[in-house]
This record gives sequence, C-alpha cells and structure tokens, in this order.
Amino acid sequence: MNGILIQLLQNALVVLIAPLLLGWINQCRAWLQNRSGAGVLQPYRNLIKLFHKDAVLAHNASPLFRFTPYILFASMWLAASLVPVIATDLPLSPAVDVIALVGIFALARVFISLAAMDVGTSFGTLGARREMLVGFLAEPALLMVFFTAAMISQSTSLVTIVETLAHKQFMIYPSLAFAAVAFAMVLLAENARIPVDNPATHLELTMIHEAMILEYSARHLALVEWASALKLLAYFTIGFALFLPWGIAETGNMSALPLALIALFLKLATAGAGLALLETVSAKMRIFRVPEFMGTAFLLAVLGMLIHFLLGS
Amino acid sequence: MVENPLVTLASMLPLPIDIALGVIVYWLLLGLAGLLAQNSRVITRFIFPAGALGALVLAVAALSSLGSAVNVAVLPLGLPDLPFHLRLDALSAFFMLLLGAAAVGISLYSAGYFRSMEEGALGLLCFEYHIFLAAMAMVFMADDAYLFMVAWETMALSSYFLVTTDHKVAEVRRAGFLYLLIAHVGAIAILMCFGVMQGGQGDYTFDAMRESNLTAFWASVTFLLALFGFGAKAGILPLHAWLPEAHPAAPSPVSAMMSGIMLKTAIYGILRVSFDLLDVQLWWWGALALTLGLVTALFGVLFAAVQTDMKRLLAYSSIENIGVILAGIGLAIVFHSFQKEAMAALALTAALYHSLNHAFMKGLLFLGTGSVLHATGERNLGKLGGLIHHMPKLALLVLVGVLALAGLPPLNGFVSEWLLLQAFLLSPGLPHSYLNMLIPIAAAALALAAALAAYVMVKFYGVIFLGQPREKTVVEQVHDIGIWERAGLIWLALGCVLLGVFPVFFILHIDFVTQQLVGQTLGDSAAKIGWMWLTPIQPERASYNPLILLVTIIIGVLFAAYAVKKFYHGRLRRSPAWDCGYPEQSARMQDTAEGFGQPIRQIFELFFGITRKVPDPFDKKPHYHGETRDLLWEWCYLPIARLTEKLSALTGKLQHGRINIYLLYSFVTLLALLAFIR
Repeated sequence: MNGILIQLLQNALVVLIAPLLLGWINQCRAWLQNRSGAGVLQPYRNLIKLFHKDAVLAHNASPLFRFTPYILFASMWLAASLVPVIATDLPLSPAVDVIALVGIFALARVFISLAAMDVGTSFGTLGARREMLVGFLAEPALLMVFFTAAMISQSTSLVTIVETLAHKQFMIYPSLAFAAVAFAMVLLAENARIPVDNPATHLELTMIHEAMILEYSARHLALVEWASALKLLAYFTIGFALFLPWGIAETGNMSALPLALIALFLKLATAGAGLALLETVSAKMRIFRVPEFMGTAFLLAVLGMLIHFLLGS
Repeated sequence: MVENPLVTLASMLPLPIDIALGVIVYWLLLGLAGLLAQNSRVITRFIFPAGALGALVLAVAALSSLGSAVNVAVLPLGLPDLPFHLRLDALSAFFMLLLGAAAVGISLYSAGYFRSMEEGALGLLCFEYHIFLAAMAMVFMADDAYLFMVAWETMALSSYFLVTTDHKVAEVRRAGFLYLLIAHVGAIAILMCFGVMQGGQGDYTFDAMRESNLTAFWASVTFLLALFGFGAKAGILPLHAWLPEAHPAAPSPVSAMMSGIMLKTAIYGILRVSFDLLDVQLWWWGALALTLGLVTALFGVLFAAVQTDMKRLLAYSSIENIGVILAGIGLAIVFHSFQKEAMAALALTAALYHSLNHAFMKGLLFLGTGSVLHATGERNLGKLGGLIHHMPKLALLVLVGVLALAGLPPLNGFVSEWLLLQAFLLSPGLPHSYLNMLIPIAAAALALAAALAAYVMVKFYGVIFLGQPREKTVVEQVHDIGIWERAGLIWLALGCVLLGVFPVFFILHIDFVTQQLVGQTLGDSAAKIGWMWLTPIQPERASYNPLILLVTIIIGVLFAAYAVKKFYHGRLRRSPAWDCGYPEQSARMQDTAEGFGQPIRQIFELFFGITRKVPDPFDKKPHYHGETRDLLWEWCYLPIARLTEKLSALTGKLQHGRINIYLLYSFVTLLALLAFIR
C-alpha cells in the first residue's frame, strides 16, 4: 500500500516539477550571463500559453504526427516515474529495468524522428537524421554506463542498483568515475544541450531537437516541451541514482521521506546550476564533431566496464 | 476401471509427427493441384489459403508436441536399404512452429499478392512455393544425413526457381545464379561435415552420429564445416553476398519466406550439429561464433543504413539479425563448454526467441514492401514518400514491424535483445579471464548494432511512408491493400505484439528446447513472480514486464489526451507547413535515402567502398553520382573468381576439340593406371 502511495506521489511530483527544473536552469544561465532572467516559473507560463492556443497543423500532417506528442509525454513520464528519486519502494520499477529504460528512451526518439519526417520539410528530415545520429551513439553509451553499475550491484534493476550503491561506503570507484563522465556527456547530447545542440535557438543550420519540432504548435508543442522537461529530469535523477544515491528513503521507511525530498531538491538545484555553468562556459560544436564527442562517451563507458573487470571495483 | 475420456481421446489423435507428415504431403498435393489448375482464380482463392490452413495445422501440432515425447518414424522411401529416418524432438518442433506460424501469414498474403500474375507462371510459382514449404519442414524433421541433404537441396532448388520467377530480367538471373552458387558451396561443406561425423562407420543416421565419439580435433573440424556450410545459407560474413542480390530479385512473399524462415533452417542446422550431434563443445567455437556473429551484425546494419533499395535494405537488416542470433548461439556454446548450463539456457533462449521474432518482423516488413511495390511499382526509396496518406492500413501494420525490428519495448524485438544483454551481463561467472574481458566489448558491439537498427528503421519507414511524395506520378493511382494481404499482415503484426507483450508464455515453450540441448531451463525462474513477469535469473537481479509498460504508456496517453480536452480545447486548423518560414519548399528538399544514410557513410567511411563523381562547378547540367559498394566483393569474391577463371583457362589448354588428342589422353591414362595397379 505504501508502495503505491509513493509511486503515485512520485508520478505527480515528477510531472509537476519537471518544468521547474528547466526554469531553474534557464534562470541560473541568465544570472551567469548577467541577465535578470524570466524567473523560474517561466516554463509553466509558456505551457499554459501554448495550451490555450489553437493548434495549427500542416496540410500534409498524418495521424502519426498528431499522436506522437502524447506518446512522447506518456513514455517520458513513465521513464521519470521509474527512477527511484525519493524512495526505493516503487511498484512500477521492477516492471522496467535499466535496459528497458534505455528502450523507452529509444521509443520516444524513434517516434519524434518519425514525426519530424512526417510533414516532409527540409528542416524536419534534417533534424530527424541528426537526432538518430546522436541517438545511435548515445544509446549504447548509456547502456554501457548502466552495465557498469549493474556489474557492481549484480542487478539491472534500478532499485537494487540504488540500494546497493547507497550502502557502499563513500569511496571513488574508478569504473563509476569513468561511467559518470560518459553519462554526463550522454545527458548533454540526449537532452539537446550545449555543446551538442542549443535549446535556445531556432535560426541555425546546426539545430537538432528544435528542427524536429518546428512544425508543432499549441497543445502538441506544449506536450513535446513538457516531455523534454521530463526527459531532462529523468536523466538528472538517473544520474543521482547511479552516482549520488545518498539521502533516498529506503523500502518501508516513510519517515525518511521529507528528508529525501529535501535531498532531491538540493541535488537538483546543484546539478541544474552546474549544467547552466557548463552551458555558459562552453560553445556549441560543429555537427561533424558530435560523432567524435559521442564516440568518446561510448569509449569511456566501455572503459569503465573494462576497469571494473580489471580492478574488480 | 474407468477410463479417462481425455486420455482415450489423446490416444485416438494422430501423433504430431504424423500430422507434420500429413501437412507435407498436403502441401505437395496443393503444389501439384496448382500446377494442374493453371487458373489464377482457383490458385489465389483456394490453393494459397488452403496452404495457410496447412501451415496453421502444422504450427498447432508443433506447439502441442513441444514437451511431449520424441516421435520417430522410418519411411521406406528413397534408395533401397536407405530409408528416410524422421524425428520430431523439441528442437525440430520449435522450428516447425516457426515455419508454420510465419507461413500462415505469408500464404494468406500470397493469396492476394499474386492475383495479377499471369496464369502459366502462377501455376509454376504455386508449385515451387509449396515444394519449398514442404522441403523446409522436411529439413527440420530429417534424422539422417541422406534425407537431410535431399530436403536441403530440394529447398535450395525450389527457392532458386522462386527467386528467378522474373527470369526474363538479366539481373534476376544473375542474382539467382549467385544464390545457387553460394548455396552449393555451403551444401558441400555440410556434406563433408556429415562425412566427418559418421566417423568411418558408414552409418549416416543422426543416431549413429550422436554415438560416434569424435576427438577434439575432428569435432572442431565438424563444427567449422557446419559453421561454414550453414553460414552460407544464413548469410554469415563473408558468405552474405547472395542475400542483398536475391531478396530484391524475388517476389516479396518469397523474400519474406526466405528471410523469415529459410535463414532459420541454417540456424537450426548449426544448433543441431553443435548441441545435439556433437557431444563435446570447446569454448573457442563459441568465441568464434560470437565474434563472427557480432561482426556480421555490425556489418549488416551499417550497410542497411546506406541502401537506397528498400528490399536490399531489409536484406542487409536480415544479415544483421542473423548475426545477433549467431552471437547468442556463440555465447551459449561458451557457457555450455564451461558447464554453466543455466547461463547457456538463457543465451540459447535469447537466440531462439530472436529467431522466432525475426520470422514475424521480417516477414511483415518484406510483405509490406511487396504491397508498396505492387501499388507504386517502385523499389527505389528515392522515389517514394508520403504513402501513409494513400495506404493508411498498410502504414499502420508496417509501423508495428518497424518498431519491433528497431528493438523497442513493448514489442517483440526488444524481448530477445533484453534476454541477450542479460546473458552478456552474466558472463563474469566464467572461469576464463580473457574471455571475461572480451564479453563487455561484445555487449557494447551488440548495443551499437541494436541502436543502429533503430536508425535504419526510421530511415526505412520515414522515407517510404512519411513526408511528401518525392515523385508525384508514383503515388497518384495508389490504393490501399486488399483483404487477403491485410489478413496476412495482421497475422504477422499480431504475432509481433503477442511475442512482445507475453514473453513468458513463449519462453516456457522454448524451455523444452533448452532442456533438450543444454539440460537446463529458464522456466523455474522465468516466471517466479507470476506469468506476466519475465525474470530470467532472479527477480532481484532483473525483471521486465512488458504488459505493465504497455498499459502505463496507454494510461499516460489517455490521461494526457483527456486532460488536454477537458481543461483546454480541441481546436485545430490546417495551414501550409511552417519550415522556419522558408517560402520555397518542395518535396525534393526532403532527405533522400542517400541523404538520410549520409552520416553513417561519413562516420564509417573506412568500411565502405565509396565512389563519388562530383560535377564541375560550372557544369550547366550537373549530375551527381555516388555509389557505396561492399568491399568484400573486391577483397574476397573477385580474387576467388579470378583464380577460378585462371584454373579453368589452364584446364582449357587440355581441350583441343580434336578426337585423336582425346584418344591419346585416354591411352596415356590407361597406361598410367596399368602401371599404377600392375
């Protein structure tokens, strides 16, 4: 019973705070760039505005195009609800282990790419191609990161991984260090952040994510944006689960929940500020350099796994 | 004594092996009937659906025989003193199930697809088609080398004639010849493999082979010959060259059958020889098969990404999938050789599950390309596009296959991928430290291949069905698929969904096969916490529940749709595409198939043989030409062809066409023989 309650709480929590995280990152970036910023609540205002607008569809848009935002939203919501963020007692979590989680991200990626190709514009297909290019290198890298953690904890279930890692004494695992760097690179690429993509620009021939969603408007766009925010949150929480699992409430321990919530918000605030800093100090790279960047992430992740074999830690 | 009515009923029912034989005879009769009828209406309306019914009976019989006792039979056919030995054990039954289940969909589809074919050719095709089906079933049931080779060759020949249905086109004849050539090179290796295994006893039954205790050396020779021989049929590198030629040449249902079912006869052969007929397994066989499988998988998927012909693309994707299956078998051999039977069972289950999945997904997609080809007459991706508006039903069914083949949850492709990755994660239990280190790299390669498969599938679906038509004339007269075609596609798509959502049900049946081959099953642990939960090792270690995943996503979709409708409005209007405000847009500004594959070509340039002709900047009528070739042609096939030609030229010097010189040869030979025997 507790489990279901926590699951529902987490479902509601992630869907509500996902835009907040985005707002926080944007606000931090504004501060770092000496701007006053629009406030952390701006993404919510954007969503409300978009929901109120009339949807405009291209003449050539097929049902797949209209259906995709819902799939995206639902799958990213599921992904974010699966990761143990405040408590490990999640009834949904055993249904989807880390490999399946990677599969859900792939499902969303394939759908958004197909939707981008649906209207048949030059930017749409360009975006789809680039998204798949980033994805086919990011997906195995992410899988290898998960495998390193799975090897340490002897399990591919996220809950077990978190419980195992949270109980290890505080020390740096060389394999996990490599995995963490690889994961950070994957996070940047998969969430369309600088240096791989720039979420704040449109009129650039190097855009990836924005090129794919150019044809979306109103409620469809709102759902796509919300799904992106959920995806970013999911990636952040996966990072916490793998590399900073402390503070989480373990099975059956309801009293630790408030503390776990505070820990989560602290972690999110720090990581969000870190991302904003990273985005401020680095420049976007050429699209042809992206495969090298992703290849590095992939190699680092594989190295992490090999190091686990060599050192046994 | 009261008799249990169920037991009496069961004893009255024919044995599964009798049903299977009955279906084979029935197919042969149907083939003959088609040849005699020569009437397009009769053949498409009655014979093909009847064939599908036979396939359904076969599938049900095979499914029910999984887990029951081994059936054997001896038929007094063939040469005197050399009867046909038949046997239906779990391994055979599993592949029979695969054959029957996939053939139901393909035969139903054929009933619609071949409607417009000219009558004489159709009768012949119907004959060859059913012979092909019967021969494949016979391959799975053969229990001696003699019958196996007869069935194997019948299968190769009937499929050769099916591939060359369109024999008036020179390219088709060339593709057919290449296929026949490689098939026979492979058949020689298989024959030699049986020759080694009978161990000089002269008894070619499989029973005798199981008894012959080969030394490690001869067992290795057998395994390598089997890998080569069956690899030629499966399309394992470097014997893959016939697949991308033969598949585009063949009619689509034939491609579907060859790719979905016939390639699996080779997988069956490898499993039969390495796990059943040979009693020892060496770990390096598995390492070899694993490496070969992964190289094949990566090669196949990379080449699939740069294809412009939709059937060639699928052919390369088949090469990839065969590679994945072989990698699973290799891993199983490695585990088995170290007596880690539970892990071997997991890897083997993954390989078998993927075989079954691939029969459904690839069957579905090849049939889908058949409908596209019929409707548009175009195989070239560069001229298609936007078909989702003209053929929405086809587009939806093909989408299922595309998502399955891309390995996405909750469909079936993901289940086998998941199982295989779990098997890789278990590898630290191995006592061999170098092998332990190689396996993470192998897992990485597998993950890369799986991710690239998604790339290929987005390209395949996006270019054919989405966007705007690249050539207006191609899609003008297009109609959606008919009822028979739809029935066949729905059957296969349903298979993809069911295999994806209820994996435990199927794994419990595959368990009989792993029990037979490695003496272990997943059954005890696979369904430990209920039949919906796939937990191959222990629930804490790994669990996957596709049903919950599917239901949660559906709930999420419904919730979002409801909330949006409830709190906002559903207003919608149509307008021209925005595309960043660029005024001049045309369908030609979309990515072509080449364009979509360009990043892959750029990143993996080393592996492709690329020739480009870029026009001069001042050219008034610029013409761009780019071509991506398979380097193995130049490195492997052409040298062999040249060597053969040289040898034949040398032999040719002996021939002068003058009778006296030939008489002289005979005379010299006679003298030499006399001197030798004396």
